[in-house]
Amino acid sequence: MFKDLIKLDRLPTSWCPGCGLGQIMIQLAMVMDGLGLNHTNSTVISGVGCTGRLAGYMNVDGIYTLHGRTLPVAEAVKLVSPDLKVIVVSGDGDLASIGGNHLLHAARRNPDLTVLCNNNNVYGLTGGQAGPTTPRNTKTVSTPAGATYDPVNLQNLMKAGARYFYAKTTVYHQLHLRNCIKEAIAWPGFAFVDITCHCIENNGRRLGFNSAYEMLQHFRRTYKRAPDGAETLGPDEIGIVRQG
Amino acid sequence: MTLQKVKGTPVALEGDRAVAEAMRQMNPDVVAAYPITPQTEIVMRFSDFVASGEVETEFIPVESEHASMSACIGACAAGGRVQTASAGAGIALMWEVLWVASGSRLPIVMHVVNRSLSAPLNIHCDHSDSMGMRDAGWIQLYDEDVQEVYDNAIQVVRIAEHPDVLLPALHALDGFILGHSVERLELLPDEAVQEFIGTYTSAYPLLDVDHPVTYGPMDLQDYFFEHKRQQAEAMVHALDVVAQVGDEYGQLTGRYHGLIEGYRLEDADYVTVALGSTVGTAKTAVDQMRDEGIKVGLLKVRCFRPFPATAVARALGDKKAIAVLDRSLSFGAQVNPLCLEVIAALSTHGFAPKLVNYVYGLGGRDTVPAQICDIYQELIRIDSDGITGPILRYVAVRD
Repeated sequence: MFKDLIKLDRLPTSWCPGCGLGQIMIQLAMVMDGLGLNHTNSTVISGVGCTGRLAGYMNVDGIYTLHGRTLPVAEAVKLVSPDLKVIVVSGDGDLASIGGNHLLHAARRNPDLTVLCNNNNVYGLTGGQAGPTTPRNTKTVSTPAGATYDPVNLQNLMKAGARYFYAKTTVYHQLHLRNCIKEAIAWPGFAFVDITCHCIENNGRRLGFNSAYEMLQHFRRTYKRAPDGAETLGPDEIGIVRQG
Repeated sequence: MTLQKVKGTPVALEGDRAVAEAMRQMNPDVVAAYPITPQTEIVMRFSDFVASGEVETEFIPVESEHASMSACIGACAAGGRVQTASAGAGIALMWEVLWVASGSRLPIVMHVVNRSLSAPLNIHCDHSDSMGMRDAGWIQLYDEDVQEVYDNAIQVVRIAEHPDVLLPALHALDGFILGHSVERLELLPDEAVQEFIGTYTSAYPLLDVDHPVTYGPMDLQDYFFEHKRQQAEAMVHALDVVAQVGDEYGQLTGRYHGLIEGYRLEDADYVTVALGSTVGTAKTAVDQMRDEGIKVGLLKVRCFRPFPATAVARALGDKKAIAVLDRSLSFGAQVNPLCLEVIAALSTHGFAPKLVNYVYGLGGRDTVPAQICDIYQELIRIDSDGITGPILRYVAVRD
């Protein structure tokens, strides 16, 4: 049962009502259950932020690392225990901002890691400040007049290397999300899953959404599956691009 | 300089917002910061002022604290008045850059909202972060209440930029306890703050093309030591400057802040020494004990770096028993940072009162007057029976 992979006695989670992180956790648990991954053969490493809590709710050993340091810790775990399936779950702020340098170099070294990036476009835990993935002109609590910079392009960053696996999906597209996690775990190298997720409380409401449901419907309307064999995903496309 | 007292405006603000208000009034040239609980509120509020045009500050939303302190160094070396705010792990991430700020004699100001250091992860208050940087060459003031948060936020700018000092400076407010608690305080008029801090003119700015300078170049066996000695001397000068700025601020506001402050101390036999918001808690305990006729007192250390050793020794030398309260642990040390300084101050001035060190409130554990009353009772026992057991003790922790 996938529920065995979740510490049910720790529920309810500390996440806000309507948060998409629960969906990511459930899909991860379902994939792991299907693949026979559990506390005997897997570990979940997380960084600081709302997403960081995820490792603590999973019924596997894990390390809750410092903000931004997720990837070097995970890489070293994999190095010492190569038979262990190492799954990193972290946010866009953790992975692309304060840990951005590690992202570049972990991707370059191409260790066999699965990285699930909960991408909600803001620093959610600290209240919704503009981060590395915040679209230009977005009004946040730290950019009341609109974000000044263009966001980092995670797909381009991942594709900068000779070998890469980049998946883009959303928490609305549950089956697609599950498939992306499954493919990423199967990929024998650094696999990055960029999961567009809604932060209703600290971002969505400010953008004019009344509920998490409205944000999910927005994802449904906005994102389309990329054509089979696409080498690059468009800004509104979900899919997987890879090169081994 | 003698200043005319001005009327303040009473407001109710959280500590973080009080800092943001002070920053708005000071209108620094550059603020570079990264979000971290429990500091975020300061910069979040300040970014409102940036967006609405209430300040002319260049706000740099950097990608980490390592970058924020680096940006502060660049901006300050270029001649700007520069501020940042951080907490806990954010300050730890700044570590190597903190030393560059002080070694380059850049009067950067940091508003520190105290938070414990990982691991395990904890966002609540202790002083591990600012005490962890106590040797980094930064001036350190500790805030007792939200009014002092505001007052110190303004004064550190004057202290840091004083030509006899030119060192980075921080003031520390206890995370959540002061940072997120609403208290009554009085704000000065904007123009009074601006007049008090004046304008900052860097003596050696970059881009003064007729007088080119390099900050932080290679400096080996030939002059490195002399430059470090100069830094140490500047810290010594800062003692007078902290007192002088506190005096001027007192003329302006009626609130005088010195290096230390005694509370019912003069005739006290049994004394606790503390800094930060616990001073307020300890004052309540002192009043309770005094009501019972027990002669207890309190010494508040407002300025920890530089450490006012002579003033502390004079205030404590004749006491029967002393307990120094530390909100951080220096693992493996005999006693912890504040206590170590107090013992050194007493010893070098020829005093040897009975003294113990209590560590309390790590990771935000609540500290209440009853616990401090218990400490006073223990001091009374120590006075009659002598110190039994270890000098280093813990308040309200499981064995």
